[in-house]
Amino acid sequence: MMRRLLLVVWLLAGVAAPVLAFQPPAAQSEYVPVKDLPPVDQLPAAPLLVAAYSFIWLAAMFYLWTIWRRLGKVEAEMRALEQRRTHSSR
Amino acid sequence: MFVRTALLVLRKDFAIEVKSREILYTTLLFALSCVLVFSIAFVKEGEPLEDAAAGILWIAIEFAGTLALGRTFERERYGETLRALLLAPAPRAAIYVGKMLGIVVLLAVCELLLVPLVALLFRSRLFEEPVLLVALLLTGTIGFAVVGSLFAAMLVRARTRDVMLPILLYPMTVPLMIGGVRGTVALTQTPVDQASAVMWIVLLLCMDAVFLILALWTFEPLMTE
Amino acid sequence: MKKAFLPLLLLAAAMFAYAPVVIAHADYESTMGLVQKVMYFHAPSGMVMLISAVVCGVASALYLWKKDPAADRVAIAAAELTALFGLIVLVTGPLWARKAWGVWWVWEARLTMSFVGWLIAVGYLFVRKYGGPGSDKLGAALAVFGTANVPFIYVSVNIWRTMHPMTTVVPTLQPGMRGAFWFSALTLFLLYGLLLTARIHLERQRTALDQLYLAEED
Repeated sequence: MMRRLLLVVWLLAGVAAPVLAFQPPAAQSEYVPVKDLPPVDQLPAAPLLVAAYSFIWLAAMFYLWTIWRRLGKVEAEMRALEQRRTHSSR
Repeated sequence: MFVRTALLVLRKDFAIEVKSREILYTTLLFALSCVLVFSIAFVKEGEPLEDAAAGILWIAIEFAGTLALGRTFERERYGETLRALLLAPAPRAAIYVGKMLGIVVLLAVCELLLVPLVALLFRSRLFEEPVLLVALLLTGTIGFAVVGSLFAAMLVRARTRDVMLPILLYPMTVPLMIGGVRGTVALTQTPVDQASAVMWIVLLLCMDAVFLILALWTFEPLMTE
Repeated sequence: MKKAFLPLLLLAAAMFAYAPVVIAHADYESTMGLVQKVMYFHAPSGMVMLISAVVCGVASALYLWKKDPAADRVAIAAAELTALFGLIVLVTGPLWARKAWGVWWVWEARLTMSFVGWLIAVGYLFVRKYGGPGSDKLGAALAVFGTANVPFIYVSVNIWRTMHPMTTVVPTLQPGMRGAFWFSALTLFLLYGLLLTARIHLERQRTALDQLYLAEED
């Protein structure tokens, strides 16, 4: 449970990084010389692209891992039941 | 037979409600509290934000409606009358329609009070086109009641019914809310944007039709154990 | 069938790892530049989300009317995958939009209804987990309603002309972009098929376990 939670937090952190890095710039309210204005939308696109690609990897792997884990639990229970049955039938 | 059953169910609910008026009064007061809370959020220096009235009206209808749905079906669950209703030799879909009409009537009475109040408190000119306003409120409320009655009936036996109803109902009714709010905003413009309002009313009607057909289809297999 | 799973999974992983190479060689888009390449994952993920929602709805309808337990297993698997691919769409989209439109999110028809569709899928999963007795039928009805949303999501972008690209973009892709797009789409479809199969297998094992418990009680 804790591990799953940690993994989710890690995944969200991976998405949060570009989100936090690319917040729209704060509005200027006072007299500002033209040359000192912040550059308009000079966002590098590569980090966004990389973040999108990594997110899909992480999400798919996370999901596959949860299926594998749940399957493991179910099969362990089935084996335990089988053992109980063979024990009791002796 | 179908219509008679539906109207009988409606009359039964009406008769019970008229005696105590419990659900009506509590729903009304809840809607009023909603409007109060939202007005604190959306009023700046004594002036309401533009178009806030439309949003607040529909949110109040949705929240109050959710509460009314929960209480109505809780009453059925408490008296174990839902099973009795389902055992009756009446078409199941008619029972559903009867309950749905009950919710529509209840919400309509709430809206009779809410709409003038919101118009007053938020200085919104909601009554320029009363016919279109009534059509908008009716189509929106019917859509909400259609979806809500189905979900509330389904959730009657669930353990977490109180929290599951909003969780399931709100996403499903988003299109209805959008239609209602945007239509109401169109009616409060100067001059009134009739074309937009009519478009939204037609859209809401289509949504109502789709939801009603789906609900009538699924009620029968759902309520069978 | 079961033996093919691991090799196919490795194939999907390899294709997905190779996808950036294919995408890098695709034509550079003139107005949006590099960030447009998110489309090669975003659009197919959207397709998979909608397909999965329809699969869930059809399976749920079958379960409601024919009471087929296999249909219920497919429905719950498809719902989980709708939520997964919906999340991918809702994360990759804003990452693209931040650069292309200047904002993370816009409350326009397709985005809003996709978000709603995702919430309905998540609501389905909540109902199945916390709904108590009868939650399978309740979830099925919810899925049927949710499927009615799918055609609306698809056509909304053609009716309300906003910043989101229309559905005409994919069928009329430039030849330089087509290869990369369908390669990525194929990868994601393959991934969807594999995940769906795995999830249905899990559900089948759970049913078998329940039946073992029931047999033990007798």
